[in-house]
Amino acid sequence: MASVARSWTCMACQRKALNPSPLQSRTLRGLYSTKASRHDRPFRMAVVGSGPAGFYTAYRVMSRIQRAKVDMFEALPVPYGLVRFGVAPDHPEVKNCQDKFEEVARSPDFTFVGNVAVGNAGDHFGGCTVQLDALMRHYDAVVFAYGASKDKTLGVPGESQLRGIYSAREFVGWYNGLPEYAGLAPDLTQGDEAVIVGQGNVALDVARMLLENVDVLRKSDITEAAIETLSRSRVKRVHVVGRRGPMQAAYTIKEVRELMKLHDVGFHQVDMSLVPDEISKLPRAQKRLTEVIVKGSTANIDTASRTWSLDFCLSPVGFRGGPDGNVRSTILERTSLAAPFDPTSKVSGTGALVEIPSAVAFRSIGYKSVALPGFSEAGILFDDRSGIIQNDGLGRVYTNNAADEAAPRQHLGGVYCAGWVKRGPTGVIASTMQDAFTTGDAIVEDWASEAPFLHEEPSHGWEGLKQEVDDSKSQVITWEKWQKIDKAEKERGQLVGKEREKFTSTAEMLSVAA
Amino acid sequence: MAAPRCIARGLGRLSCVSTPLSSTTTRLTHAVWWSSRILPACTRTFATTPARLHGHVTPPKPGEELHVTFIDKDARTHKIAVSKGDNLLDVAQANDLEMEGACGGSCACSTCHVIVTDQDFYDRMPEPEDDENDMLDLAFGLTETSRLGCQVTMTKELDGLVVKLPSMTRNLQASDFKS
Repeated sequence: MASVARSWTCMACQRKALNPSPLQSRTLRGLYSTKASRHDRPFRMAVVGSGPAGFYTAYRVMSRIQRAKVDMFEALPVPYGLVRFGVAPDHPEVKNCQDKFEEVARSPDFTFVGNVAVGNAGDHFGGCTVQLDALMRHYDAVVFAYGASKDKTLGVPGESQLRGIYSAREFVGWYNGLPEYAGLAPDLTQGDEAVIVGQGNVALDVARMLLENVDVLRKSDITEAAIETLSRSRVKRVHVVGRRGPMQAAYTIKEVRELMKLHDVGFHQVDMSLVPDEISKLPRAQKRLTEVIVKGSTANIDTASRTWSLDFCLSPVGFRGGPDGNVRSTILERTSLAAPFDPTSKVSGTGALVEIPSAVAFRSIGYKSVALPGFSEAGILFDDRSGIIQNDGLGRVYTNNAADEAAPRQHLGGVYCAGWVKRGPTGVIASTMQDAFTTGDAIVEDWASEAPFLHEEPSHGWEGLKQEVDDSKSQVITWEKWQKIDKAEKERGQLVGKEREKFTSTAEMLSVAA
Repeated sequence: MAAPRCIARGLGRLSCVSTPLSSTTTRLTHAVWWSSRILPACTRTFATTPARLHGHVTPPKPGEELHVTFIDKDARTHKIAVSKGDNLLDVAQANDLEMEGACGGSCACSTCHVIVTDQDFYDRMPEPEDDENDMLDLAFGLTETSRLGCQVTMTKELDGLVVKLPSMTRNLQASDFKS
């Protein structure tokens, strides 16, 4: 049906293509015809990463540069990044953006290069690798949109030694079928109480997975292994702890409301001393969120089979384990807010310690991007402290001024970034979309204004680069091959009554694609 | 399930008047955004455009047209004739206005945020549900008369409605970074 639809045009469109209106001709001249040399040839762009930032940047550039040809590199055999591996399985509507990505990918000017890591395949399993310098030789522009592949650690005693402490990143990756964490096998059978450190939306996703009736999740695209583990879970009481208070929390209202509405799940009243008396006077968003939290759960806390709480003003200082090496409790220091009702309030420790029993613990304190191998050789500045590629805010990547180290940083022509690696790991898909559009617009503007790119001479993109890729040990996954994997996953899903059953190993994915 | 919507949206991008889908004389590869990107978005100023036949908007019957006007980020006005029951996201997409609808109109994101310019029109709409308000809380440039385009359905009472597309990138214009 799609191919039929796509092969269509109508008379009005044909006329328009033949006789552009004066306005359109003017725009065309302004945008594309400043200098024949550049605009008579295709614009070759490589995107590193196939999540929302990569796809939305590709979409923007392909919509606005007539002869843009985009190749998208993905270390895994499957596309969509955190839309596939981060978005909670019970939020299928959030994944609808994949429709747009698929539309982009089906363009004849788009090439998916899956199972090919840029710089380093270390984190993934035996795929192909291209070196960054080789990539940069074959494109006019490179866009880094590879997101945040590591997570922040608490750095407290017991965190790395005790069993039963997981990062939200690995837990989320595990229930979403990320190959890297397929073998996580989290143990949820050691006791009733769970502690989640951090109060962002990822923390609430983890809480929901632990609290929700497993039969509701069964219909989602959560992995069968996760269903199996969650159905044996003994967790009945979830503490979601944060250093600050309800007026400073990072979670958003949709996620909180969802937890409040869960069947047979009760919410323990928040510490009302941290909530202003006159909620109605708060700004709109804060007011509505506070109302939801104060109102609490629909289920009665005394009769609910599972309960949870938002425990504010607690900062973890360590974990205590039992003789078996499993975590038994989380030790937290009570904190104090300088101005409890100020969203930007400073927080400090009080020295008072609290111990919360924890048969299992999760840290959900944020993700972190890391530099790709080859960045420093290429002159790409990476800010290790904030975990972002240094850029001008619009996505133009900075390099040092070669002539003078003390001079201001300047744009490294043809090199861009988008998404979490550009602005840090926060925000929903809508924010990443907007951010990617900003980067896309910067690229379009630079191409139109004859700004320097990686090469003056035409590049050949993947056609040229693939000669340098050793694919003898593993195969490159094209969009057609991904579609075979996609189809196989959906068929597997059908057998168990769900949208899809993901493959959780790259070997399985590759064998289906072969 | 997703595919037909996607195709429909692609079709909606065309500035077509009418062509029967069974005709074989006009086949060109020209029906989704990427194949029609020869030109930057074709927009008209102060023109009444009949709603497109493509897409999942319903072409209005003569005499039953309702009108909605979009003011885009560049302050250009697009007055569009639509049918009762069409929602603003579908109308905008069928008319090539820059409105994304990342969640496919399922009220799970804020990318179809619109600002109703006239309080009186805003008051004529059914009140937003919690889930719409929850998404609006996260929208860029939220105002007292903000709505999600996917949740606003055209009715007779809304004939003449004017909505503004928020300028989300206001603080990130390239010019702001130049000295």
